[in-house]
Amino acid sequence: MKITGLIIAVLTGALLIYATADFPAWGDPASPASTHVSPRYIEKTIEETAVPNMVTSVLADYRGYDTMFETTVIFSAGVACFLLLRIFRREEPEERLYRHVLTGVTIHVKKGGKLPPSDDFERIDTEWTPHDLIIKTMCRLLIPFIQLFALYVIAHGHHSPGGGFQGGVMLGASVIVLAMSQDLRTAVRRLREKVDALLCATGVFIYAGTGALCLLLGADFLNYRALAPLLNVDPIMARSHGIFIVEIGVGIAVMATMIWIYSNVSSSGKYDEGL
Amino acid sequence: MIWQLDLAILTLVVIVGIGAITVKDLLGAAIMFGAYSFMMCLLWSIMGAVDVAFTEASVGAGVSTVFFVAAVFRTTRRTKD
Repeated sequence: MKITGLIIAVLTGALLIYATADFPAWGDPASPASTHVSPRYIEKTIEETAVPNMVTSVLADYRGYDTMFETTVIFSAGVACFLLLRIFRREEPEERLYRHVLTGVTIHVKKGGKLPPSDDFERIDTEWTPHDLIIKTMCRLLIPFIQLFALYVIAHGHHSPGGGFQGGVMLGASVIVLAMSQDLRTAVRRLREKVDALLCATGVFIYAGTGALCLLLGADFLNYRALAPLLNVDPIMARSHGIFIVEIGVGIAVMATMIWIYSNVSSSGKYDEGL
Repeated sequence: MIWQLDLAILTLVVIVGIGAITVKDLLGAAIMFGAYSFMMCLLWSIMGAVDVAFTEASVGAGVSTVFFVAAVFRTTRRTKD
């Protein structure tokens, strides 16, 4: 069986490599895509949308419908993880571990047991969790800068590489870093599960809502020119601003989904003990 | 495009790709996939597709590796086959 699989894989690979010989060469100016598709965008993007980064304008404006459903795919991935993994049955764990912060002594609390009344105990995961001051402090120092850079990536997507998707992933990663360096409960306390799920849907709603707003104002779906009277700018700048609104939606949706998937997978749906 | 650099990274992509499917330790495979994504990210940026490279670096090498590690942590580290 393994041999058959190997033969099939090698044959398909060889066929694919053979087929790539028919592709136009890298950067070939005479290739079909470069003769009439790309020049249209390269020449007209600035005058039509006032966005210097062509990739952003193609993604969020010319091919905005495509990106909307990409965001929806991300959202569905989050919902699928939630539906498959989340366990709502509240079951008391067999044993909880608490660390006495001042002395570093770990105590085991059996099911139904009570903790001595003191604020010096912190709950720790049952898996191996070293008390690592360096990692915790470094993450605490880095997270604000990661988030700031993520916001920059979202807001500066018009001029440089980046945009809602990348910025959203980085925002999500900053919370994941918090969950990994402290524990999942700390991260969930900062961003509750319900808020996270709501944000996830809000992002998609912002995107689709912008499109629907254009429809209501008498233009095509996702034709941001129609937003000009609302934003009080000319139609070309309205397209630029429309792209920005949509990117924010993408950013929120992607950030929330990444955190949602991470918390569900790492705690196997219990939201109690994470990675 | 510097072809020596291109060739070196392409070779590494193939090696890491084969490594990811042959290694028995799933945690190792997850890290291999991370390395694979990072090599692809370098390839994209060599070809001038900086936006794609950025996405590959943040999603492929960053978050998806974390997802893989989390999944391995909650299931098992050894493959059955």
